[in-house]
Amino acid sequence: MRLGQEQVSMVMVSSDQELDEVPVNPQLDPDSASWLQWLADTGPRRESALAELHAMLVRAARREVARRGPHQQITGPELEDLAYQAAGDALLAITRKIGQFRGESRFTTWAYKFVVFEVSAKIGRHFWRNPARSLDAEDWDRLPDRFGFDPARESEWRDLLGAVRRAVQTELTPRQREIFVAIVLNDVPLDALVVKLGSNRNAIYKMLFDARRKLRADLVANGYLNDEESRRS
Amino acid sequence: MNGWTSLDRFLRTDPRDVGCSEAVALLHVYVDLVAAGAAAQERYPGIAAHLRACGPCGEDFEGLLAIVQGTGQS
Repeated sequence: MRLGQEQVSMVMVSSDQELDEVPVNPQLDPDSASWLQWLADTGPRRESALAELHAMLVRAARREVARRGPHQQITGPELEDLAYQAAGDALLAITRKIGQFRGESRFTTWAYKFVVFEVSAKIGRHFWRNPARSLDAEDWDRLPDRFGFDPARESEWRDLLGAVRRAVQTELTPRQREIFVAIVLNDVPLDALVVKLGSNRNAIYKMLFDARRKLRADLVANGYLNDEESRRS
Repeated sequence: MNGWTSLDRFLRTDPRDVGCSEAVALLHVYVDLVAAGAAAQERYPGIAAHLRACGPCGEDFEGLLAIVQGTGQS
């Protein structure tokens, strides 16, 4: 049995009570209102709605995994399995949180959001299945290539990248430095770093945001970048 | 884009950027507006700024928009 189908069954037998609290917004579009009514129902109509929703989520998950898969080296049965797991977990999240749907969008857009998030999180975890991945490396020789500096013109950018490296060492906190090195030098996806550090996307992004701001301020203060929109050709 | 521009763009931060939590919380609303051809960027400039700067949230936005448009919902 596929994991996703198992989870559908779990939802069908366990969440009647939670769905009792579904608010019906009179401003809802007819399609969204129908979804809420069906999911708040009991018996065969609700089971049918859950099954249909799950099938929609599986199709959406397949589409999203296929869209991202080529960049993540996920193929074949693994890709299909990831899509089913994402759809199943999304269905559980939707039934748990359906009381939070306020009708600001179509119900299906709100529901599809969960499957996209599940795919993101699962791909983040998948990154570490490759034992060669590590947070320990700190290969500064990758920096020019990371930003597309032309090796033939090294004399023009050597000082700038030296200043970036110095600023990373002197301006950032150890945690900011760790995140900068992982994402910029080691090419670790942010969602994978979230998994590794047991954190969340917002916290990691905020630390990287602050690191970027500090580094730029330092480079501007030392004359390497312009304060205004600088665009060297 | 050359290295100077690429580095400068990466380091440049937008004070309107709302961060991941708020962008994620309203992503479905933003996507429906974009799919409907409405002025999502004008209505939610902080989310637009975030989606430009945050790779994972930008990827989620692209994915959700593709699903919504691909299912003929828009």
